[in-house]
Amino acid sequence: MAITITAPAAERVLNFLNNRGSGVGIRLGVKTTGCSGMAYVIEFVDEISENDEIFEGNGVKVIVDKKSLVYLNGTELDYTKEGLNEGFAFNNPNEGDRCGCGESFTV
Amino acid sequence: MALLQIAEPGQSTAPHQHRLAVGIDLGTTNSLVATVRSGQASTLADDQDRSILPSVVRYTADKEVVVGHQAQDQAITDPHNTIVSVKRLMGRAVQDLKTLSQHLPYQFVADDSSVPRIKTVAGDFSAVEVSAEILKTLKVRAEKSLGGDLVGAVITVPAYFDDAQRQATKDAARLAGLNVLRLLNEPTAAAVAYGLDSGEEGVVAIYDLGGGTFDVSILRLNKGVFEVLSTGGDSALGGDDFDLAIAEWIMTEAGITELTSSLNRQIISAACSAKESLTELDTVTISLDLDSGKRQLELTKLKFNKLVDSLITKTLTSCRRALRDAGIEKQDIKNIVMVGGSTRVPAVRERVAEFFNTEPLVNIDPDKVVAIGASLQADILAGNNQDGDLLLLDVIPLSLGIETMGGLSEKIIHRNTPIPVTRAQDFTTYKDGQTALAVHVVQGERELVSDCRSLARFELRGIPPMVAGAARIRVTYQVDADGLLSVSSREETSGVEASVVVKPSYGLSDNEIEGMLRDSMDHAEYDMEARKLREEQVEADRVIEAIDAALIADGERLLSAEERQQIDKSRSRLTEVRKAGKAEDIKQAVNELEKTCESYIARRMNQSIHDAMAGHKIDEYISDK
Repeated sequence: MAITITAPAAERVLNFLNNRGSGVGIRLGVKTTGCSGMAYVIEFVDEISENDEIFEGNGVKVIVDKKSLVYLNGTELDYTKEGLNEGFAFNNPNEGDRCGCGESFTV
Repeated sequence: MALLQIAEPGQSTAPHQHRLAVGIDLGTTNSLVATVRSGQASTLADDQDRSILPSVVRYTADKEVVVGHQAQDQAITDPHNTIVSVKRLMGRAVQDLKTLSQHLPYQFVADDSSVPRIKTVAGDFSAVEVSAEILKTLKVRAEKSLGGDLVGAVITVPAYFDDAQRQATKDAARLAGLNVLRLLNEPTAAAVAYGLDSGEEGVVAIYDLGGGTFDVSILRLNKGVFEVLSTGGDSALGGDDFDLAIAEWIMTEAGITELTSSLNRQIISAACSAKESLTELDTVTISLDLDSGKRQLELTKLKFNKLVDSLITKTLTSCRRALRDAGIEKQDIKNIVMVGGSTRVPAVRERVAEFFNTEPLVNIDPDKVVAIGASLQADILAGNNQDGDLLLLDVIPLSLGIETMGGLSEKIIHRNTPIPVTRAQDFTTYKDGQTALAVHVVQGERELVSDCRSLARFELRGIPPMVAGAARIRVTYQVDADGLLSVSSREETSGVEASVVVKPSYGLSDNEIEGMLRDSMDHAEYDMEARKLREEQVEADRVIEAIDAALIADGERLLSAEERQQIDKSRSRLTEVRKAGKAEDIKQAVNELEKTCESYIARRMNQSIHDAMAGHKIDEYISDK
């Protein structure tokens, strides 16, 4: 099981963590909610719990809880720009269908 | 696709006249009432200057109810009519008693109601009614001490109490004529008593060693919210076990082999007072009045510490587990609050200080600290404390969800969400002409409803018949400041409504909550597969349903016999694999059936456009020039 992070995404995360002044890394996760069943979660991490798996890439700790990992295994976190909008994107091979708004997905 | 931003942990999107209010610690063994007077919080004593009211209720043959010390004295001689530790029965259903009742001397009435009733000479009583007697006694004491009617009370409950147990506690208060300002978690109340709520943010541990139970809670204060990170403990470990350890030593030392019940009581009471004396003294003399004559024993503090050493170690093991569950290191604990009379034992304080490497907070009487914290909160809620506009918040321990098609749990309010909270989600109908919607409220972290805990069910009826997916049904989950859940649903186009307030089902212990959380981690993979399968099955059902409806409507008219045969074949193949239960196969069969029907669906579309346009002129469809 593995999660990876691209260099542009890692650069952004390090930048955000630095500005925030605290935090050990970022958490990727899924919540069962939204119109297509699952929604992505991305949060700063202050504390790592015993149910977490830690992946390191490009100098950033990516933390995923075991429950989310089964949905995210093989995911690459990228940082992209689309017009004026920019942000993190999940390239998740487990993803089946997405809803129209792109905020939620099914496996 | 939507681009995401990083959220903070847990923040993902989702008068002038003095009003009398009290804080009540409704304990398993003892209960207390406290209030704030002249800015000072203190407990209220009875006419014999005793603050503690034993949580014991006795029903007599002439329908008299005796509460407290007097009832406790009768517990041994009249066990069937003297109810002790009634808190353990709060919010429990009859089926829960099978595990509990081996330890309880009461006779329960077999009843069709789900609430167990205890049989006594004065009649049958539920746990709520028994608790109400304790609350009534405290209310009378408070009104006498304060000289007026109470505006309301804050009542404390264990952090692990579920909705049903909290509702039972509120019901008991209502029955006692008390207005509940809110329920407060016991460890939170203890932290409030020490003013930790207005202090620095950080993690605190509450070590609560009572008469018969041990609880440890790890709380995190964050932006004025006390979040319960974990709870742990032992429901059968307390000060009574310390007394027993001394009693056993006395028996060995005095060479007592046979015990009569009166001798047993004499030894236990000697052990208890020896324990209390050793808080101040280094040596205590125990005098016994035996059949063989008077006997004197000397117990040193050192010996006593040895006797109870393994018991204290047990509590520390629970502490270690609670820390692990919370994902907190010992050195991250900023304060330890000591609660419960047994934390007066110097050896307990020393071992706790050594374990956490921090001096625990012991300034406030450990028997009274919870009631005092509750009274401070009551004072604020009653509107007496001008600076106290800060409302303490708790979080919900387990996610609250709704059952969706295929037996899946869709979480509406996620665990660790601060309360009070309101969340709404829109749902729609699944079938054409569907006029009712069953709402099943579940609690837990698992994906399948069958693995979660069922809290309530109700139906929204009177939805006007519409095509599937056209109805807009808004389901709202609201958890009030006491952690009680109300669920309402409303069909937006017609305005029909239905709602439910979660009422007693059955109880969950802290261990069970922990177990449910651990299960969701351990079964993550299984849950994912199960969800996938259920989703495909729901999709299969939907497709079959739609095709069947279409075939009935115009299958004869639009299809040749051969085409019809092919559709039937694909359809029955889908029905088969749907039963076989492999998500991939079902998906494939759905696609296949849809493909087979493609030209039929196209023909139906054309037909309906034709029907709609028949008899009209093209001009009618062109907008006015």
